[in-house]
Amino acid sequence: MTVLGATHVVRTGSFSMRVEVRSVVVCTVLFAATLVVATWSIMVGDFPLSVHQVLAAVFGDGGDDAEFIVQTLRLPRALTAILVGAALGMSGAVFQSIARNPLGSPDIVGFQQGAAFGAVLVIVTWGGSSLAVAGGAVVGGVVTALLVYAFAWKQGLSSSRLVLVGIGIGFTATAGVDYMITRANIYDVQRAAVWLTGSLNGRSWDHVRTVGIALAVLAPLVIIGQRSLDRLDLGDDMAAALGVRVNRAKLGLVLLAVGLAALAVAAAGPIAFIAFVAGPIARRLTNSPSACVVPAAFVGAFVLTAADLAARRVLAPTELPVGIMTAVIGAPYLLWLLTRRARTGAL
Amino acid sequence: MTVTTAPDLDTDRGTGLTGPVTAPQRTGVGRRTIGLVALIAVTTIAVLLSLAVGAKPIPLGPVVDALFAYDPTNTDHLVVRELRLPRTIVGLLVGGALGVAGALMQAVTRNPLADPGILGVNAGASFAVVLAIWWFGFTAVDDLVWFALVGAAVTSVVVYALGSIGRGGATPVRLALAGAALSALLFALTRAVTLLDTATLDQFRFWAVGSLSGRDAEIAWSVAPFIAVGLVMAVGVSRSLNAIGLGDDTATALGVKVHLTRGMSGIAIMLLCGAAVAAVGPIGFVGLVIPHTMRALFGPDQRWLVPGCAFGGAAFLLLCDTLGRVVARPSEVQVGIMTAAIGGPVFVVLVRRMRMVRL
Repeated sequence: MTVLGATHVVRTGSFSMRVEVRSVVVCTVLFAATLVVATWSIMVGDFPLSVHQVLAAVFGDGGDDAEFIVQTLRLPRALTAILVGAALGMSGAVFQSIARNPLGSPDIVGFQQGAAFGAVLVIVTWGGSSLAVAGGAVVGGVVTALLVYAFAWKQGLSSSRLVLVGIGIGFTATAGVDYMITRANIYDVQRAAVWLTGSLNGRSWDHVRTVGIALAVLAPLVIIGQRSLDRLDLGDDMAAALGVRVNRAKLGLVLLAVGLAALAVAAAGPIAFIAFVAGPIARRLTNSPSACVVPAAFVGAFVLTAADLAARRVLAPTELPVGIMTAVIGAPYLLWLLTRRARTGAL
Repeated sequence: MTVTTAPDLDTDRGTGLTGPVTAPQRTGVGRRTIGLVALIAVTTIAVLLSLAVGAKPIPLGPVVDALFAYDPTNTDHLVVRELRLPRTIVGLLVGGALGVAGALMQAVTRNPLADPGILGVNAGASFAVVLAIWWFGFTAVDDLVWFALVGAAVTSVVVYALGSIGRGGATPVRLALAGAALSALLFALTRAVTLLDTATLDQFRFWAVGSLSGRDAEIAWSVAPFIAVGLVMAVGVSRSLNAIGLGDDTATALGVKVHLTRGMSGIAIMLLCGAAVAAVGPIGFVGLVIPHTMRALFGPDQRWLVPGCAFGGAAFLLLCDTLGRVVARPSEVQVGIMTAAIGGPVFVVLVRRMRMVRL
């Protein structure tokens, strides 16, 4: 296993980056697994397709029926799952690293609920386009993040206070969403309700575009920021000594991570527990001390794709919203984490 | 004596106990008596408002007539007696039950953030009710209440057990997280069941939202005995709970049977929460907000806190329900949403005031 422990340094001009072989292997395996699961997910349904039909339809020569089913219905759904999972996983890893606590992920501390509030507000007030809904989700997520940090701040940031304040604000945001649902007219309610279950059902290329652009813009910035993230992990003073502008770096990273989470929420609704589980799993797989933002993205993509397949198939022909499946997987993990950390006195 | 809402229960309850054990201060008792009388007055006003306000506002005169000089041919009287009175009675019962359950939970767990909603007890009772509708085909509240009780009991034990593993026992953050995790799991399973079976969804829908609308007198009669027994038990254990507030060792030295008290309190919590959920569905935050408010009024003595929370919870729930009928005319906002909208910020304030445990 010595090969897996090795690291390589990539240099181009003044830019250099350390690459761990094990991380690369993990990411490649996860990516392959995600593609397999996604293909499987495109194959099954009311109108089953073979592998050949799927591949043919993806590349545009599979016959009209298969092409319609794959290109209009199932491929956008599968791609949305992959992209949303990646965005949530990456966002969760950044938050958990900054909070130095696996409980700091955006679904636990209420940011996703805040993003949902913003999105629903846009849907019921202006009935806006998917771009406007995405904007609402981002604003909602950022405002919630600021509120949570502001209320949790009291001579420094205690992470238990952060988590508890986040839970409280999450409850309030959820009540706000429920209130708007009561007030709105029935067509908007239907649209909002489908979206709020955290479902990947009926995702179109529109949704793929929203998350795709978000990832394309924000993910590289996060990867550049990982260097500061790893130094912040040594403690604020040490990071400052190593040349990190602590407060500016933290604020920038938080905004990037909120943006990723909020756009994922805008596309697929508030899917819980993906952001929460991806980071720790990635760390375990890569056995790396760093924040693992890239492996976490691959883990998130794989877990969400697999959860969506499971949600569709477990009780077939009934298709469950994927949010139910992620809660069924994620909640026991949270409980396990809780008991384990309690035993070691870390909570 | 100075009264604070600081949720630092250990020291609070300590000062509270020295009051009644040593010579009771007359002014303290007087203040608390006045407080209780005022609270009963507020509850009465809340009842009248709940009877008067709605899609068809009815002036107080006819409301009082409908209660004491009922005329079945008068439509106003019919609305008050047939629609709003049952709803109000259910609200009184459930609000009182949730308020007292919260006070008991906070005392037993010595945790200022304890609430049937936050600790997952509501989610457990909901899930049990959905299973009862889906699997066993029960629909009457008489039957469902038993399932709600079992669900509430099982979840509270599981959450408390999971939260107390490890060094330091059940800290607020551990219990809150265990409750949040279990709630997420149980609500997801509940949703899965309701999606699977449209008939269950139809039954459950009018029940799941935590709402007082459409509750009839029959429901009140079905759950009233459970709530009555729960309230009596809560009063019964209040003296022993005061002692437990000083710590288990001191309580034992004072002659209190600690385990018996905890067990009795647990059964009372189960009866109160189970009956409340069976009647109106999961309603959060009444059990959080009311005990803290009442502690500001009555101090930490559990013997005053229990009646205070009974009236305070009833008044709070009725006022939330009445407000919910007004804010979104012509539709209604369910009372569960109103309590969460008020309770969430209160929760945040409480967290800010807490001395934080290490994490």
